[in-house]
Amino acid sequence: MTVMQKKTDSPIAHLSAQDIEDIGAELDAIRADVVAGRGERDAAYIRRVIGAQRSLELGSRSLLLASLFPPAWLAGVAGLSVAKILENMEIGHNILHGQWDWMRDPKIHSTTWEWDMASPAALWKHSHNELHHTYTNVVGKDNDLGYGIMRVDEDQRWIPLYLGQPLWNFVNACLFEYGIAAYDLELGKNWTKLRTDPEFQQRARDVLTKIRNQMRKDYLVHPLLSGPSAPTTLAANVVANVVRNLWTHSVIMCGHFPEGVETFEKHSIDGETRGEWYLRQMLGAANISGGPITHLMTGNLSFQIEHHLFPDLPSNRYQELAPRVRDLFDRYGLTYATGSLPRQVASAWKKVVRLSLPNGVLGRLGSIRSPGAAVAAVTRLGGAPARRERQAA
Amino acid sequence: MTTASPIRAPWRAATRALRKSLRNGAVTLAESLASPLVPADYLDMVSPLRRGAELSGRIVAVRPETADAATVAIRPGRDWRGHVPGQYVRVGVEVDGVRRWRAYSLTSPVDSPDGCIGITVKAVPGGVVSNHLVHHARQGTVLRLEQACGEFTLPERHPAKVLFVTAGSGITPVMGMLRNQAAGLEDVVLVHSAPTAADVIFGAELRRLASDGQVRLAEVHSDAEGPLDAARLAELVPDLAERETWACGPAGLLDTVAEHLATTGAAAPLHTERFRAATVVTGAGGRVSFARSGATVDADGTTPLLEAGEAAGVLMPSGCRMGVCFGCVAPLRQGAVRDLRSGDLTTAVAGDGVLIQTCVSAATGACDIDL
Repeated sequence: MTVMQKKTDSPIAHLSAQDIEDIGAELDAIRADVVAGRGERDAAYIRRVIGAQRSLELGSRSLLLASLFPPAWLAGVAGLSVAKILENMEIGHNILHGQWDWMRDPKIHSTTWEWDMASPAALWKHSHNELHHTYTNVVGKDNDLGYGIMRVDEDQRWIPLYLGQPLWNFVNACLFEYGIAAYDLELGKNWTKLRTDPEFQQRARDVLTKIRNQMRKDYLVHPLLSGPSAPTTLAANVVANVVRNLWTHSVIMCGHFPEGVETFEKHSIDGETRGEWYLRQMLGAANISGGPITHLMTGNLSFQIEHHLFPDLPSNRYQELAPRVRDLFDRYGLTYATGSLPRQVASAWKKVVRLSLPNGVLGRLGSIRSPGAAVAAVTRLGGAPARRERQAA
Repeated sequence: MTTASPIRAPWRAATRALRKSLRNGAVTLAESLASPLVPADYLDMVSPLRRGAELSGRIVAVRPETADAATVAIRPGRDWRGHVPGQYVRVGVEVDGVRRWRAYSLTSPVDSPDGCIGITVKAVPGGVVSNHLVHHARQGTVLRLEQACGEFTLPERHPAKVLFVTAGSGITPVMGMLRNQAAGLEDVVLVHSAPTAADVIFGAELRRLASDGQVRLAEVHSDAEGPLDAARLAELVPDLAERETWACGPAGLLDTVAEHLATTGAAAPLHTERFRAATVVTGAGGRVSFARSGATVDADGTTPLLEAGEAAGVLMPSGCRMGVCFGCVAPLRQGAVRDLRSGDLTTAVAGDGVLIQTCVSAATGACDIDL
């Protein structure tokens, strides 16, 4: 993709300034409806999910005490992986967004919650809620675009280092929680501050403390409690953490990387109105289609568009308000980017591979359908820019 | 055996030390396993009323008292420390998914054989929590509790002559005293005002106490007789000046009693209890920002900062909500607030951290609260 402002066929060229403000007003109205209707049903939902997650985690860890027996190992790993995914996605991510602050329950509140991953909640909230959600997909401002280690947009200058980005991306996926922690610290940029800046040193210490506690639980205490099953429990916990990392990485890639998601120029957001902000969120995210299990396990980030429009509305409401949002896209002639999980993951990976090379090199591979077409594409290397694909579910 | 043998004493000390270190070890182990949560997060799922838990209680029954009042019987958590008759307890109730804190008088015996406590609630028009408790509370629901507090109690040495003046739900703390301490009081007069006889909370029980001779009861039914005023009070209680008085009810009633006692030159003390802060002034309002949570809200001059913050989703510490307990105090980093009871202005400039009671303070200009 190319930043929207440089495109010849801008997807918003047909919208007037008034249209954009009308879209904003309609989205404000949707938001107000949900806020007015929040209540007991929603509170019961998040408590039920938290209760189920904790029971599943307890049950799985208990099973793993006997992980020497392969069936216990398998069931334990499966259960713990699901528990960790639920904890990070539907529970942790959404609570830290303040989606449940309205309940005034100090135990389920963005200011008190701590989650089961390497990056401390407070640090993550800054880089995610304040930076990513404010500057969504603005090249040069939203570091979630490639996490500072990858080229995910034609407008990022290519350097040979990016040749390895399919590999970096895979390694980052496996170790995603540590990648997030390093990213939240902006470690690459702040490396020298480790010696000089006491405030940064404190932040780094907080991360290390969190990582130490996480590792002590999963890789020391729980295995030791398993007695003779210690090695297999250790392995199980490593696997569960990697499964969780791969899953969350995939879901998050699907949110902003698939083909069809727009990016924006740095100065395009100067003096942005509320309507324009909403519009950027509408075009800068992609959904994952699927059933209730998909939505639950992605923490309802399968409704990434709705989440970006209303980051602090309870996640269980995204599915309910999605038809109204979709209707808005249709009426204003905008494309609602969505696709199944395998399709969106493949699309995101394709982009990672394509942009590891200079612009246009793999331009036509996106539409390859046969070996013959592949040969033809390679012989036409260096041709037209990548074709934009927008997918309708 | 009266003395420990010289061999057994060190042995006992050693086993005690061992037990202690085992217990500490188990706690550390549980904590490192539960991280980033705490073990209590898991224990609360099965045993919210256990010793060591945040204080909670489970509703065991809701008994209607009148058409719009009910007594909620609650089994308190193991750490409940009991109460003195006349005190209130703050309860955190979830209504429409939102936890709201209110204070209600304890009306139950202090040593109920089933270990339960009772609060009596009158549903006030528009009252979110009171209406919920009276009409919709369900048996089995777990509520948050705080320990009982309040100074509206009888002294250990009971005065010889006592007068209670109450109106509406103002009877509730007094009922707590009568149920527990009536036998120890020699000469009690109770003047109670309610719209009609049917509206008298605990009506049957009060009339029984009166017929048993434990209290002299004067009911004033204000729908028929008009509100209780000083003249009526003097007529009902000729020896008013000799009596130590406990009064609980709306601000108007309390003022009547206080004025009347002042004019009669009564020497005996007057104790009063209000259920709501009496507001006398309003500020101009302003934009309130909560520094640590990052929330910002435009508050008008009549809304306490506590409510403004809660509405904005800030985790506000709170207490009695009437300016008594100081449970809601927070630092004002910058700005100006007005005390809703007195009109007093409090200001803070950058770098300050003036402690203010958020439940009775409203913004009068932009404010920056350190929460």
